[in-house]
Amino acid sequence: MFGYYLDLALRSLKRTPILTGLMVLAIGLGIGASMTMLTVLHVMTDDPLPGRSSHLYVPHLNPLPLKGNFFANGYDPSDHLTWPDAMALLNAQSARRQSAMAAGHLLVRPSAVGMRSFYVDGRYTTADFFTMFGVPFERGSSWSAADDAAGAHVVVLADSLARKLFGGTDAVGKMVRMGENDLRVIGVTTNWQPSPLFYADSRTKRYSDRDLFFLPLSTAVDLNLGTDGNVDSWGKMPNGDMRSATTTWLQFWVQLDTPTQVAAYRQFLIDYSAQQKSLGRFQRPATNARLYSLMGWLVHENLVPGDVRLQMWLALGFLLVCMVNVMALLLAKFLRRSGEISVRRALGARRRDIFVQFGIESAVIGVAGGVLGVLIAELGLWSVRHRPDDYAHIARMDASMLLTTLALAVFASMIAGLLPAWRACRVAPALQLKTL
Amino acid sequence: MELRPILATLRRHKVILWLLMLEIALSCAIICNGVFLIVQRLQHMDMPSGIAERELVQIQQAPIEPPADRFARAQEDLATLRQIPGVQAVAMSNQVPFGGASSNGNVMLSPTQPHPTLNAAEYFGENLVQTMGLQLVAGRPLRPDEYVNADVVIKALADGNDKGFPMPMLVSQALATRLWPQQNPLGKLLWLAPTASFRVVGVVATLARANAYNIATAQYSMIIPVHMGADKDQSYLLRTRPADRQQVIAAAVAALKHADPTRVITHMRAYDEIRSDYFKDDRAMAGILVSVIVALLLVTGLGIVGLASFWVSQRRKQIGIRRALGATRTDILHYFQTENFLIVTLGIVIGMVLAYGLSLWLMLHYELPHLPGIYFPVGALALWAIGQLAVLGPALRAAAVPPVVATRSV
Repeated sequence: MFGYYLDLALRSLKRTPILTGLMVLAIGLGIGASMTMLTVLHVMTDDPLPGRSSHLYVPHLNPLPLKGNFFANGYDPSDHLTWPDAMALLNAQSARRQSAMAAGHLLVRPSAVGMRSFYVDGRYTTADFFTMFGVPFERGSSWSAADDAAGAHVVVLADSLARKLFGGTDAVGKMVRMGENDLRVIGVTTNWQPSPLFYADSRTKRYSDRDLFFLPLSTAVDLNLGTDGNVDSWGKMPNGDMRSATTTWLQFWVQLDTPTQVAAYRQFLIDYSAQQKSLGRFQRPATNARLYSLMGWLVHENLVPGDVRLQMWLALGFLLVCMVNVMALLLAKFLRRSGEISVRRALGARRRDIFVQFGIESAVIGVAGGVLGVLIAELGLWSVRHRPDDYAHIARMDASMLLTTLALAVFASMIAGLLPAWRACRVAPALQLKTL
Repeated sequence: MELRPILATLRRHKVILWLLMLEIALSCAIICNGVFLIVQRLQHMDMPSGIAERELVQIQQAPIEPPADRFARAQEDLATLRQIPGVQAVAMSNQVPFGGASSNGNVMLSPTQPHPTLNAAEYFGENLVQTMGLQLVAGRPLRPDEYVNADVVIKALADGNDKGFPMPMLVSQALATRLWPQQNPLGKLLWLAPTASFRVVGVVATLARANAYNIATAQYSMIIPVHMGADKDQSYLLRTRPADRQQVIAAAVAALKHADPTRVITHMRAYDEIRSDYFKDDRAMAGILVSVIVALLLVTGLGIVGLASFWVSQRRKQIGIRRALGATRTDILHYFQTENFLIVTLGIVIGMVLAYGLSLWLMLHYELPHLPGIYFPVGALALWAIGQLAVLGPALRAAAVPPVVATRSV
């Protein structure tokens, strides 16, 4: 019967080309707009490190005094750690792996003749960073915990920076002048760019920035290189001392492999806070200490801007209007065919058959609308990619979103066809047949 | 126009009528709130900076290598830049309105206050009033001899030494009104740290912050007589005639490079670019909202065209009978126009309620004020207009139905 109903549907749609066109256009526009925004949301909330992300956690301590205006810059200063807290967590070694880090922005002064100095973004971090996040190396290796302790003047470069500075030759062992210091290159990473750059702070363009160098955090603090991330101080007049116990600026990540380790680490954080509170450093309850999972942390950091969410709601609202529109048009169309329905009913078709017939007709509109919707969504994503936003360049549709688009289109048009089809199958045949 | 026959006909198409009304109501609710959001964004983009925006250019450079003296270097550079033809004034500033990267301080009204009263932008740099074109509304500008090098101030504060304090400072009118409502701010004291006191010597009309994300506190600014020295966070500001800006940028960069060929210039731009960059999200959002509203009106309009065409073709015979019985073409035209007006009006009534609900939801999730009453008629007018426009075609076709149709069978 499916083939027959499909044939009936196509004939019926062809009879009223303008009305059919309107319905397909409405579904297409609604689906196109919605899928543009859903795709943007999908790529923005994508897992930055598949396979590893479920073992990565962020400890959150709160060293802020009880009172004061700490949100002047629009974020929570306790989202970052102070130097003493980060060092305490690092030295406790309570997690399988742990690493403290902060953003760096340094002027590279190439030794090659004729090359201008330029700024690069990178990260000051500790040895576990590379093994914990699985940073792949092209040449050389990362530094050791001993290098961290000694504040070794070493640096790991990303392949693109290494190639820019040293051409095709092996960069490992070479010296590079960053800021006012000479650092020895000990490793070159391959092209590694988690999207979003989950471990960076809110000042980073998390979807487009990438780190081009990595150097030991202790070295950066010893050399007073300064951080490019958010720095917040309270209490005394800040004097730029990065080791201060009242200045937050460090990000901290830990790797915990089992639920037992997670629970134990959470308890460790509470114990640490309680200890700091008894020492008089922390003023807030020790149970304020938190442990965020990677994806939970990204939600906490409001990775998806309010504007993007608002745009998604707008698009879904638009889809709803389009669906109501199609519903009204389908109803008018189906009810106009009361005579045809009555003849079919009189010839033995059950209500269910009529319902299925019109359901298929709605689905055909859905498929056509879905195809149009894919085209409109591609157009929408193309325009998103031309926006100045940080996330613009990653707004692309993948196979799963493509299928979702078609499925959503068919689903939306079937929902829209539900009421009209139901009304159509309730037509009383006798009454209609008399008027024929 | 007799309404009864219209109502009688509509009663026979209750479900379709409800769907059409629901569509109009949803569109109306989204349009009312959408227009409000657009106006909010435009107002945000219109935020005054207080500076002569069209006359400013900014040049920013990488830090110089020690052991060069950054304070001496700044003075040399300023002298170089002052010589460039077309430059009316130069200054070095640690931030510019809407520049993004900001420097702020916690303001206290007494040195022993446990918690700061508010947070305000700290502008450092000589000759800022003249270069930025700020309007001084009370008091006097800062004098060159009042300026102190930053390292001296930092050392004094670290030592707990209060020599040199209170320093003179300028505040914005908005900050003065917030700190000392109904009082003359001139001569008043404020503290940025327990030992760092400042005396207000002048008030500028408007000076926006570099990170003016909150409209309520966007104009809280202070100008402090401290020399910062050449450094990556500082930038040179040059005031010139709008037509000379590009020329001045090129000449300034050339002059700076001539003075020190190893120097790295990181930014060189007219101030317009800074402003347009800062508000690009608002502009993009306003654009998206306009497209959504246009698309909504389009879809709703097309829906009305579709349904009205359908009804016209369904009622050809009845129209023919009415024409045969003496109705004029205008009568038929008015019939469909009135019918549409009724449906749209009912939709708008429901839409108003939805618009109010939607605005409450938006207030809950976004930092938005209440939807002002003025926006309700906006959606209503838009939908009445689109409704009448959409129905015109089908109604004209209905009016063109000849009376002879009445005599034909189906």
